[in-house]
Amino acid sequence: MNEPTQADGALVDLDGIEKIFHRGSEDIHVLSDLHLKVPKGEFLALMGPSGSGKSTLLNLIGGLDRPTKGTVSIAGEHVSELSDRQLAAWRARHIGFVFQLYNLLPVLTAERNVELPLLLTHLSKAERRQHAATALAVVGLAHRTKHYPRQLSGGEQQRVGIARAIATDPTLLLCDEPTGDLDRKSGDEILDLLQALNREHGKTIIMVTHDPHASARASRTVYLNKGQLSNEPVK
Amino acid sequence: MLNWFSQVVSVTLFNLRTIPERKGAAIAAGVGIAGVVTVFVGVLSIAAGFRAAMSVPGADDVAIVLRSGADAEMTSGLSREETRLIADAPGLARNADGPLASAELFVIINLPKRSTGTDANVPFRGVEQAASSVRDDFKIIEGRMFESGRNEVIAGAGAARAFAGLEVGSKLRLGQNDWEIVGIFTGGGGSAESEMWTDAAVLQPAYQRGDSFQSVYAKLSSPAAFQEFKDSLTTNPRLKVKVLSQAEYLADQSSMLTAFIQNFGVFIAVMMALGALFGALNTMYSAVAARTREIATLRALGFGAGPVVLSVMFESLALALLGGVVGAAAAYFAFDGYQAATINWQSFSQIAFAFAVTPQLLGSAIIWAVVIGLIGGLFPAIRAVRVPIAAALREL
Ligand SMILES: Nc1ncnc2c1ncn2[C@@H]1O[C@H](COP(=O)(O)OP(=O)(O)O)[C@@H](O)[C@H]1O
Repeated sequence: MNEPTQADGALVDLDGIEKIFHRGSEDIHVLSDLHLKVPKGEFLALMGPSGSGKSTLLNLIGGLDRPTKGTVSIAGEHVSELSDRQLAAWRARHIGFVFQLYNLLPVLTAERNVELPLLLTHLSKAERRQHAATALAVVGLAHRTKHYPRQLSGGEQQRVGIARAIATDPTLLLCDEPTGDLDRKSGDEILDLLQALNREHGKTIIMVTHDPHASARASRTVYLNKGQLSNEPVK
Repeated sequence: MLNWFSQVVSVTLFNLRTIPERKGAAIAAGVGIAGVVTVFVGVLSIAAGFRAAMSVPGADDVAIVLRSGADAEMTSGLSREETRLIADAPGLARNADGPLASAELFVIINLPKRSTGTDANVPFRGVEQAASSVRDDFKIIEGRMFESGRNEVIAGAGAARAFAGLEVGSKLRLGQNDWEIVGIFTGGGGSAESEMWTDAAVLQPAYQRGDSFQSVYAKLSSPAAFQEFKDSLTTNPRLKVKVLSQAEYLADQSSMLTAFIQNFGVFIAVMMALGALFGALNTMYSAVAARTREIATLRALGFGAGPVVLSVMFESLALALLGGVVGAAAAYFAFDGYQAATINWQSFSQIAFAFAVTPQLLGSAIIWAVVIGLIGGLFPAIRAVRVPIAAALREL
């Protein structure tokens, strides 16, 4: 529903991004004059050494944080200019987050976890249940809907996490090390799933990873180093 | 708006569902609040019960005259000259012997209590002939009235019950003097039944009181005559007195004690409330801290800060209300109607009364609990949403 409105068709457009953290009297320059365009339908892998600012960049794109300088524009919307309240509503509508540690609510079943972001929509209860069931079916967990997170394996929990992220049919999926806590086999299944979401459902995905095995699945990989992006890994 | 409301409801429900995971702290906070409420209700029910006992109306045609500025008979003083002027004032009832006015004084003596054997205060009142006629309901139920000019004592029925050695016929040695109990009486209003009476003229020299009194009890020709009687005394330049109806005087006397108990009760309750508040704060801070990442996740998904704050406060409120209701119920079953033992308070040493747990008391106790719950939830809730989402998501 949200077609890119930028002239060049980029869904994500980062322009002149600078991010400085303050820790005590010390300034930590994490990103400086960074530019990134992600067209709709791309599966982008974001790599770089630990501490290079990958999560920081993902948080800026997802509206969880604001740049010190520069503009973040998603589907034509200048995200950094929204108020906190508008930003929360914007995230609910446009962003699906997938976390390294899944971040499921332990007191809720898989089904209810997936239903969470749907509580922020105007769907009726019946529609919410329907959407949640569909999302769980897409990730292959139709038979695990009544299980609690602690009753599921890591790979299954991450699939619930992905179901939660796609339940509202967001504009953009943001994944922070989605396989970082999984064994190779479960990790591969998650990557298969993300790839399918990208290819078959047309989802635009940005995935932070430091695993070349994971980035190999993406349609494009960019590397973050010293606050800037490049198309080549730095040695 | 509907959407916002459903956010509050759903976040609150998740929070409440996590309580079993932190039972210990939640129970501690609830018990703390229950304790505050129990003590609060318990102590204040003493005041309420006492007030109820003392509001038994004194005869409204009996007036009490004290020196102006005195709060009680204890601190009052009147010369014989003054008591004569008072007895001559208009508006008093009379009989064959003259106006019904009794100039009185009293001293406090110590007698062993029957129950514990330890000494406690008993007011020993010296009265004039008219004393028994001034007080309508005065009655000798055993023995006889004391005779003027003799070391004879009549004891109030309450005093006779509570203290050893006050049977008719028994003898007492107080200081340099021997006294004989010749009768037991009931009535007299207020705390009279807790006293011992003798002839004022005998009591004065026995306790070096010269020719001074402390009060005049006077019976009016009618309740309507009170104003006339009062005005004539207060405008008389030779007197500096205050005039109260017996009902007023008793209410005054009990209000001092009630106020004391009440202040004391509130003080204790405030202290305990502070403790319970810190307990609640601690519980909610750790509840919020334990769920930093969960709360950050909800906010990343798009849940607003408002619903998060409200849900934390609701949780704290729920704990507080639960504690409050338990505490109030405990206080009600433990204290309501409980017959109090004696309280020593100058002349009020023998007044029996029951604790009264009134609905107002329960209501204000619940309000205390609610306030503790709200404050205990507010600060942790604010902290929960002050943490930047990005930083909170990094926490394990
Ligand atoms: N909220 C913050 N406050 C201060 N420093 C931060 C904060 N978030 C990240 N940093 C710092 O920014 C740098 C990049 O962090 P991050 O984006 O997590 O890197 P990556 O995801 O590539 O490992 C690190 O040096 C980190 O310590």
